[in-house]
Amino acid sequence: MEYFIQQLINGLTLGSIYGLIAIGYTMVYGIIGMINFAHGDVFMVGAFGALITFLLLLGLFYSVPVAVALLIMMVVAALLTSLYNWAIEKVAYRPLRGSFRLAPLITAIGMSIALSNFVQVTQGPRNKPIPPMVSKVYTIDTISISLKQIIIVVVTAILLAIFWYVVNRTSLGRAQRACEQDMKMAALLGIDVDRTISITFIMGAALAAVAGTLFLMYYGVVVFSDGFVPGVKAFTAAVLGGIGSIPGAVIGGLLIGFIESMWSAYFSIDYKDVAAFSILAIVLIFLPSGILGRPEVEKV
Amino acid sequence: MERTISRNSGESSLFAAAIRESLFAGLISLGLFIMLVGLKTDQNIRNELVIEQRWGLLASLVALTMVGRFLYVLFVRPALERRKLQKARVAPKAAEKSYLARNWTKFAVLFLFIYPVLMVLMFGLQGSLKWVDNFGIQVLIYVMLAWGLNIVVGLAGLLDLGYVAFYAVGAYSYALLGTQFGWSFWILLPAAGLMAAFWGVILGFPVLRLRGDYLAIVTLAFGEIIRLVIINWREVTNGAAGVSGIPKVTFFGLFDFNISSPYYIAKVFDIAQSGVYYKIFLYYLILLLALLTAFVTIRLRRLPVGRAWEALREDEIACRSLGINTTNTKLTAFAIGAMFGGFAGAFFAARQGFVSPESFVFLESAIIVAIVVLGGMGSLTGIAIAALVTIGGTEILREMQFLKVIFGPDFTPELYRMLLFGIAMVIVMVWKPRGFVSSREPTAFLHERKAVSSAFTKEGHG
Amino acid sequence: MAAKPLLQVEVVETYYGNIRALGGVDVAVNEGEIVALIGANGAGKSTLMMTIFGNPRARAGTITFAGTDITHMPTHEIARLRIAQSPEGRRIFPRMTVLENLQMGASLDNLQYFDEDVEKVFTLFPRLKERMSQRGGTLSGGEQQMLSIGRALMARPKLLLLDEPSLGLAPLIVRQIFDAIRQLNKTEGLTVFLVEQNAFGALKLADRGYVMVNGRVTMSGSGRDLLADPEVRAAYLEGGRH
Repeated sequence: MEYFIQQLINGLTLGSIYGLIAIGYTMVYGIIGMINFAHGDVFMVGAFGALITFLLLLGLFYSVPVAVALLIMMVVAALLTSLYNWAIEKVAYRPLRGSFRLAPLITAIGMSIALSNFVQVTQGPRNKPIPPMVSKVYTIDTISISLKQIIIVVVTAILLAIFWYVVNRTSLGRAQRACEQDMKMAALLGIDVDRTISITFIMGAALAAVAGTLFLMYYGVVVFSDGFVPGVKAFTAAVLGGIGSIPGAVIGGLLIGFIESMWSAYFSIDYKDVAAFSILAIVLIFLPSGILGRPEVEKV
Repeated sequence: MERTISRNSGESSLFAAAIRESLFAGLISLGLFIMLVGLKTDQNIRNELVIEQRWGLLASLVALTMVGRFLYVLFVRPALERRKLQKARVAPKAAEKSYLARNWTKFAVLFLFIYPVLMVLMFGLQGSLKWVDNFGIQVLIYVMLAWGLNIVVGLAGLLDLGYVAFYAVGAYSYALLGTQFGWSFWILLPAAGLMAAFWGVILGFPVLRLRGDYLAIVTLAFGEIIRLVIINWREVTNGAAGVSGIPKVTFFGLFDFNISSPYYIAKVFDIAQSGVYYKIFLYYLILLLALLTAFVTIRLRRLPVGRAWEALREDEIACRSLGINTTNTKLTAFAIGAMFGGFAGAFFAARQGFVSPESFVFLESAIIVAIVVLGGMGSLTGIAIAALVTIGGTEILREMQFLKVIFGPDFTPELYRMLLFGIAMVIVMVWKPRGFVSSREPTAFLHERKAVSSAFTKEGHG
Repeated sequence: MAAKPLLQVEVVETYYGNIRALGGVDVAVNEGEIVALIGANGAGKSTLMMTIFGNPRARAGTITFAGTDITHMPTHEIARLRIAQSPEGRRIFPRMTVLENLQMGASLDNLQYFDEDVEKVFTLFPRLKERMSQRGGTLSGGEQQMLSIGRALMARPKLLLLDEPSLGLAPLIVRQIFDAIRQLNKTEGLTVFLVEQNAFGALKLADRGYVMVNGRVTMSGSGRDLLADPEVRAAYLEGGRH
């Protein structure tokens, strides 16, 4: 039982990170109906932004409180990825809006290849390990919870609350939902569709950057190719939860996190990615609208 | 960035706009590159990460962006707009094609057949190795893969992002059966094709009801699952270490390419020993395999099943209402596409003599899909051109040793191969979303053939 | 008619690809007027409505609204000049509630006058109040039409464009909607430019009317004159819908 609870906690941590990335997928898919394949790599860029900020802080100051360091890392990483995603949308996706549907997917794949190789070229192909930032571990009975895990879950929860508020209670969120449902009509009502889409990309990127920072803190290492697998898993999470739905993305992320940690614990760690991909396939085939998603109405 | 300049506001305001936009672009690129280019993380002797500063590189990148943007706004964009305006005025007219243009494919195929001879004449036996093997065979493998995938993506409109799985199945079929039982390539080639086709049907079944993006992602997942199974099923596949010592292809048993063998080609024909013969032989082999793919595709398009594929791409519901069995139609597309992937895989294994899961990563699938889409989805010529440009282009990049003179001796062009590939993919898609050859010949016509702009063909939903 | 018209469309041409949908259209709408544009299917009426909003953009000609050249303005900026449209197909946001749809209409002022204006819309269309928290996609056609008009009114428009408000509706609801339009015009001085296939109803309602055929305006005049015109009667009224 303790072992199970331990895995549950690990799954919750992993799932929080996947959930944060998944929101970016789900929001972009919701608003312009494209799979932003490069989103996983934006997450990786975020982790690198955090890494470089961390090293700068280490070099500039003798000691920085961990909380402050983490906050600065998140903010800098978020600024960096926001700029990246804004530029990517503007250069690579906007000209193709209204073009045939495969075109943006192919550009997104190209962008993903370009981003990961850009980081490989500029930062080198090797793993980038950092000394542990947070090492405190609490033990209750035989279950151990590390401070890292608590930070991840708490940060995720706070961000979700903020996002939920923005999307459901502000005029920006209303504009986003309007663009999602009928872009042409939204423009007729005076909504700047281009700007709304840009903001959506920026929001997704900022969350991915936070996820990247947390990822770096949790694993203590990052490499240029780290975008792909977490990206695919986060996309799975978004689909599992029902693409287009923000709470769905988080629920999907948590589920993927749980499944992955349980699978590694009880079956075989070698096949944990096979499990994730199989779930993706199974969900798409049997539950294409996800848990909280809306069924796609096929117009004839 | 906004198009604030109107057409008649004159040179000076255009100049001012160019300055403004180049400053803006410079600022953005500064923001993009300051951390990832300006600061490099590196390990020192004690294995700690330290930061290395590269402000010079950053400054030159930013300057390059600014100059590029400036020239684009000042010269390229106005030119593009003028051309667009002219195009809008002049109604498209079908020009009478010249003799050369009409027989273009015949010339191209002829050239492909004499290509190795030309290379040997130009560079000598040893010198031609690089051009026949690294360049010729490499490009032709991708042409074949892309033509095979084209049946699924271009004709039937089913976006498959896991095509490399069938390539892997073919390669491993030949590698394992060839090393374990010593069977000949000529028996295993069809076997590998059938095996891949079988897997095409197996993987095709569950995804029958999916369409568009979701189909793409599920096929991606299948591709990854097959790769991960190959990595982890060590007892059979030898895991990540791969399978080596795969037997070479023989010329139908008449002679072969092992120096130790009594039937070695140099002994049979009494000529000088060289590794080039095998490569040239492989070149013709893949050329014939690729042409077979093209031939089958062209024939199939004229058969009912080919028509059904194209109808399926345009409108699945209409298809069903016309009594087309969409299940069988989709499965045959998957199976036939997969079969050619399997052939290519077997060839790949024979050529390399070694296979490992490394060769079958998602990136390969992405490259093949990119070639099909860049080629204009469905146009065989377009796809061949796209393969030549993307694969040939990145291979040529390896050869650009003169770049070392410009960027210093540490510059390794290979490193930039995939970066440039990704960027090129984006640029070409933005520039020509419909691919290089964006019109196609209809298979059914009255009186005369008219090119159909692919703007009128749909990409399919499922 | 000394004053400049509120909306002036001059020799506007619009294309879909290489196909010409509007071939030099001239239309003017004065402040306080109700103007009707009638024509058969595919005449280009809805295209004109959307061209005014810059989507599709006019390839030639100019469109001026309240003295501003809006021919090349982005769609959302045109909307911000207080032109509102209830477009073809109503285009209700299907997964938003009725109230949220109305909020979308009021987004120009950031909901500043929302409470006040929403009451007006509810008095005009009491049905909407009953359906307040229902999702837009679940409304009936007539209710959607009311919501579409109501949403356009929430923007406090100077000019209201209505694209076929009577399409597919029961005669009783059509009359209800036409009454509402007339009332708005009388009490608030709202300028209305409407497109209709229901020529009889529209011309009876309108001060002036235009007839459109194949992307060109072929006839114009007061609503009453057009109603009496034998050509109009033959083409759009007799044997047609009343």
